[in-house]
Amino acid sequence: MIETILQPLATGLLQAFEPLNLAMILLGCLAGLFVGALPGLGSVNGVAILLPVTFLVPPTSAIIFLCALYYGAMYGGAISSITLGIPGASTAVATVFDGRPMAQSGKADQALMAAAIASFIGGTISVILFTLFAPPLAAFALAFGPPEEFALMVLAFATFIGLGGDDIPKTIFSIMVGLALATIGLDIISGQPRLIFFDLPGFLAGINFLVLAIGIYGIGEMIWTLEHTQGKVTLHKVKTSWAGFKENLTKIKDYLMTTTFGSVLGFFVGTLPAAGATPASLMSYGLAKTFSKDPDSFGKGNISGVAAPEAGNNAASTGSMLPMITLGIPGSPTTAILLGGMIIWGLRPGPLLFSEHPDFVWGLIGSMYIANFVTVVLNLAMIPIFVRVLAMPFTLLAPIIFALCVVGGFAPTLKMHDVWLMFIFGLAGYLLRKLNYPVAPAVLAIVLGPLAERSLRQSLIASQGDPLMFLERPIALTCFFFAAALIAYPIVRKLLQKRKPVEEG
Amino acid sequence: MTVRTAELVIAIGLLIGSIAVAIKAAELNIGWVPGRGPGAGAWPFWLAVGMALSCVWTLVRWMRHVTPESRSQEPFIDSETVPVVAITVGALFGLLVGIHIIGMYFSLALFMLFYVRFVGRHSWTTTIPVVIGTPVFIFCLFEWALTTSLPKGLAMFEPLYYPLYELIY
Repeated sequence: MIETILQPLATGLLQAFEPLNLAMILLGCLAGLFVGALPGLGSVNGVAILLPVTFLVPPTSAIIFLCALYYGAMYGGAISSITLGIPGASTAVATVFDGRPMAQSGKADQALMAAAIASFIGGTISVILFTLFAPPLAAFALAFGPPEEFALMVLAFATFIGLGGDDIPKTIFSIMVGLALATIGLDIISGQPRLIFFDLPGFLAGINFLVLAIGIYGIGEMIWTLEHTQGKVTLHKVKTSWAGFKENLTKIKDYLMTTTFGSVLGFFVGTLPAAGATPASLMSYGLAKTFSKDPDSFGKGNISGVAAPEAGNNAASTGSMLPMITLGIPGSPTTAILLGGMIIWGLRPGPLLFSEHPDFVWGLIGSMYIANFVTVVLNLAMIPIFVRVLAMPFTLLAPIIFALCVVGGFAPTLKMHDVWLMFIFGLAGYLLRKLNYPVAPAVLAIVLGPLAERSLRQSLIASQGDPLMFLERPIALTCFFFAAALIAYPIVRKLLQKRKPVEEG
Repeated sequence: MTVRTAELVIAIGLLIGSIAVAIKAAELNIGWVPGRGPGAGAWPFWLAVGMALSCVWTLVRWMRHVTPESRSQEPFIDSETVPVVAITVGALFGLLVGIHIIGMYFSLALFMLFYVRFVGRHSWTTTIPVVIGTPVFIFCLFEWALTTSLPKGLAMFEPLYYPLYELIY
């Protein structure tokens, strides 16, 4: 334990305290709080739009910045949920249920503080769980060969079909289109150019995942938000005082239990690729309500109803990093983009990361502890400022974000071809989203696409084309079994629902 | 156009697109290459077949009125939001065309001017700092800090940047 966890963790903490990394944590938390607080923008948008900027610093510092942004956004989401009644990000939807009534009855400061402290507890519990689970999971995953890798990816995609809750054929389409986009360009094995539409030379280099991610989460999301925030919103004033702060501190005991359970639940839900922070926060809210002595007060301004989902979403954001770092399978769209970034930086996420780049992994884990602390302090200190930021008109913010998207789409490949593609993806993403096509699976698929294809082809070459080889490998077989169960689950559920009325009748 | 019609039109569009991808992938070898495994076109071909099948599934559900989208007679984009979406998309299109002609920085400035002043109706005291500040910030970040050259448009605009290059390099 000391040798495998505590010693490297201490080194990691020291590394996180290096001035550049510390500055990255601070900047990342600030940027995250900002994007999280703005309605319509969440961690995934911030990470996608700002990833090209991080080429300025070394990889470890870059990922520290982006992870700090990820946490910050989870904290920030609560600010607009409480003061505007509009979730700052989908992950903060559940925070509105009780946060809004609290703000309406003049307790906005209490709600904001409970959200911040619960986020801190959630973040801390989950980062401890992460530290405990990551090294053994990575060691276990060292035994994975191409068939296991492929099976694991199939399982990741199956979670979208089984647990995503979206239209199944549309989810399958989204996954397939992401995987197909990843095949454009030169084939890694034969070297042949593939899917070079209209013979455009721009396709030869392939489609960078950032082009799709910024298109969907930058351009598409902004158009979506412009369409949906046309109505006027009322901002609730927040009064902050030292006396109020001290009084609110004493209220922690009211929500400590629910927060702790919500954090553990959130962490494990976060590790599932299709689940992530939004369902984690909703489930955590449900758990708090179920076990409450006074469940009727939920939805009317119960402080536990604010604390539980915030603990859940923060814990889930750390949870989603676990499969990304140890297995190379992202647990959320945001971690999918982080994974793509790591590949650009020349790091191959997965079990080998722990043995080949221990500095990187433990520096990152160390920074998680510090980022949590920094974010709670920044959040509590700057609540009045963030509330003012929310009053900023969207017509001022939108063009700035569009500008960042355009340069962000150009920077990774330096080709206008990609900027046009990004624009087209943005529009397509907006239109498809209006028709309930989920977009997150496509982003995950374009990142995992090249890895999935390579592992499948390597497996098939090794077995000389015999697909039954997957069934002879116990880990791969287990993954396929769960994947099949996940895909069958919504169909079985529907059949059962159909049978019920007949039985009753 | 109602949501129901949009669902049909888009599913048919995606089906045609999927078939086009499958045909394009089939230009390569989609079978087994002895000693080298599946051909280069096999993986994209079967993905495209999967895409096409999921579109057919969506179309069947549309015909059977299964999904909420296939039942909805609401307008796909309601008349109140058409202008804001159309103006935004048009302005972005203009921004991209402008990058090819007058370069990233001038095109961004014009885009900001249009959006902040004429769409957002903000005062000149808000507009001018944004119009100047955004390209200057992006220039400093990309050309200076990241040493990444952003498009300058037609060749005649390049000399305008020479004094700035001397300043930063």
